[in-house]
Amino acid sequence: MNLYDIAFYAFAAVTIAGAIGVVFSRSIVYAAFALVFTFFGVAAIYVLLAADFIAVTQILLYVGGILVLIVFGVMLTSRAYSVEIKRGVFRNALAIIIVGAIAGTLITVFIVTPWPLSNLSPYEETARPIGALLMTQFVLPFELASVLLLVALIGAVIIARREKGGRAQ
Amino acid sequence: MALHVGLNDFLIVSAILFALGIYGVITRKNAIMVLMGIELILNSANINFIAFTRFGLMNLTGQVVAIFVIILAAAEAAILLAIVLNIFQQLNTVNVDEVDKLKN
Repeated sequence: MNLYDIAFYAFAAVTIAGAIGVVFSRSIVYAAFALVFTFFGVAAIYVLLAADFIAVTQILLYVGGILVLIVFGVMLTSRAYSVEIKRGVFRNALAIIIVGAIAGTLITVFIVTPWPLSNLSPYEETARPIGALLMTQFVLPFELASVLLLVALIGAVIIARREKGGRAQ
Repeated sequence: MALHVGLNDFLIVSAILFALGIYGVITRKNAIMVLMGIELILNSANINFIAFTRFGLMNLTGQVVAIFVIILAAAEAAILLAIVLNIFQQLNTVNVDEVDKLKN
């Protein structure tokens, strides 16, 4: 056990504990705040995997963007603390069985498969090579992503502004 | 188990995250909770991409793909919340099993 291992287990525990909080908490507001821990934990895991640029992007976009959007959605669509999450016992047991089967299958496949491994490269900055890749090999998906974001932006505004029973203003 | 943290440990974390996300999607009725489950699933996929970038033969491609996944997640969250707001205005509920009208 060196420091890297300890850090990995700590951040993995934070990530999974946050995810459990998201999935099992009764209040939707608590779920949203548990999601913060998951996102930060995943960002820390990216750092451990030598992906510094992705880690920063994760914090900026998920914690700063998507989570704020989700909290806005929660505040605008519910009387925040009076939300009861309806669930049936039978459905819950069935869901746990199905999800357990999925997790078991995935973990078994991951462990049994002989993955082709490369030698670990030394840590180096990734922002510059990622930028070069985006402008050369991945330039078409990059441009498509920008068009998609524009479409999503306009679409979200038009859908959200539609008044009750009427057309878009 | 290997002595040091390796590829499998990251993959197992992502598998657990994926399973929890699926559980959230199939048991929750509030549309926003379903969205949170989807975000967990996308994050688990991203952990896989970046783990294979580090340990496997994926070079930096995995990280670029992870960026596209994050972009799609952002667009998807924005659209879904717009739709949820609209449904809430029209039907006064955000539970996915109560939204069963195509036209009022």
